[in-house]
Amino acid sequence: MSPDFFKAVAICHLSEKDFKSLGLSEGRNVLLKNEFGQVVLTAKKDAGLPDSMVFIPMGPWANVLVGTETGGCGTPHFKGLEVEVAATNSPVLNIRELFSGMGA
Amino acid sequence: MSEAIMIKDAVCSFCGCLCDDINVEVEDGKIQRVRHACRLGSSKIMGHARIQSPMIRKNGVLVASSFQEAYDKAAKILLAAAKPLLYGWASTSCEAAKKGILLAEEVGGVLDSTATVCHGPSVIGIEEKGLPGATLGQVKNRADTIVFWGCNPAEAHPRHSLRYSSNSCGKFTQEGREGRKIIVVDVRETKTSKNADKFIRIIPGSDYEVISALRMLVAGKGDNVPDEVGGVSKADLADIAATLKAAKFGAVFFGLGITHSRGRYKNIDNALSLVAELNSHSKFVVMPMRGHYNVGGIGQVLAWSSGYPMSVDFTRGGPYFNPGETAACDLLARRDVDAALIIAADAVSNFPRATAEALAGIPVIQIDPYENPTTLLSDVVIPSAIAGVEVEGTAYRMDGLALRLRKMVDSSFPSDEDILMGILESVHKQRQLAANEGA
Repeated sequence: MSPDFFKAVAICHLSEKDFKSLGLSEGRNVLLKNEFGQVVLTAKKDAGLPDSMVFIPMGPWANVLVGTETGGCGTPHFKGLEVEVAATNSPVLNIRELFSGMGA
Repeated sequence: MSEAIMIKDAVCSFCGCLCDDINVEVEDGKIQRVRHACRLGSSKIMGHARIQSPMIRKNGVLVASSFQEAYDKAAKILLAAAKPLLYGWASTSCEAAKKGILLAEEVGGVLDSTATVCHGPSVIGIEEKGLPGATLGQVKNRADTIVFWGCNPAEAHPRHSLRYSSNSCGKFTQEGREGRKIIVVDVRETKTSKNADKFIRIIPGSDYEVISALRMLVAGKGDNVPDEVGGVSKADLADIAATLKAAKFGAVFFGLGITHSRGRYKNIDNALSLVAELNSHSKFVVMPMRGHYNVGGIGQVLAWSSGYPMSVDFTRGGPYFNPGETAACDLLARRDVDAALIIAADAVSNFPRATAEALAGIPVIQIDPYENPTTLLSDVVIPSAIAGVEVEGTAYRMDGLALRLRKMVDSSFPSDEDILMGILESVHKQRQLAANEGA
């Protein structure tokens, strides 16, 4: 539950062009949505990313956007997912908030 | 104050590199300094805030208990379940894995490892095709051409390049990085790609097509390859194929970029075929970049105990393996298990959200030194000593080499093995009591 770990994975890398076209600045957040869920992450400019592609480190925030289908091999389809990305003023949920309502 | 002790050449129990040159300074029973380890390994060995006591959830709140109460409650949950899942095992010793398999057989459960959200597709691909493998020492001493496909060891396995691969100096590779050709294939630039002679950026999900094109080019059937495959020009692909064929000793390391993408185990199957075919031209080996330090070990122990390397169902009286049916994520998504024991893993963080939600609906037992998001959903929490720091044991490096983990300091917590045996003894006791009452 180290805050440093969660700070490192609750981020969304975007290309410089996408970062600019979404009107983002350092520290701003983005809302990512797809058929499986939606999640708010801190936006980060990444010169190594091509346009129209985001990178999120594996972890509980990224997994909100991952479906349960495993294609018969036991492993969910973690990469190459389609998502909609928009700038947002909503905050990034901390780990307890992310799982609130799901507790035993 | 006792005198400081230097433990030399200990094994780091963080990632699949299992670096075995770690020096640890211990004073007054505490680790004071760690030398040679990377930032990740050093942080693991130095440790951080622990779960202090066993806990059992009562009225929605985790309440401190004795270890025996926690073992009894865990045994009760497992006995009451028709099909319990016993999941994790990648960050503990092979000795603990053996006890876990015994428990899974005894209670009739499904035992699965974190491989199913990691290199599970590699395990299946390797079962299909076989693995032209090598030790990391062979790669260090001989490889003049190295491909990193869908992996980023510069960040995930920080000492891999210097100890074993691109930048290492070995018997026949004394020039180190200067004497090697490094190719990186990925969908994005990474720290690893910055160290490459050739970086090939592919379109996400096109690994299978790109590997197929390379196989055609290696086989001399380039006429059938289109001008562009997966976002890579035919000229670039031909250049790579020529480099691979010209290698004296080549090595391919692959990561989750290929196992988690479209095609999954078929990508691995195809990559293994490419490597097998390259052996008609040169010596070539291939290796998955295993993440958790002993995820290879649970696969080994399961394989020699049951015949299968992961996702083993013991509910039928004999081991049964059918990933897609018996893997943890599939079982949870189908609501096909009614209790879970999570050990040395954080299932809640690493499973898709809807899969993790299924865990919230069933009783969960957690065995771990540290609190993590799985703790939030657990009904029984049992803190353990840290294997490889506080307990000795066996672990398998990413190349399949077994190494002995050292005990560096004492712990007041029981080992994973002790905890599993405590639960197993309670299972026997409760069964006997129930039998006596029924008699």
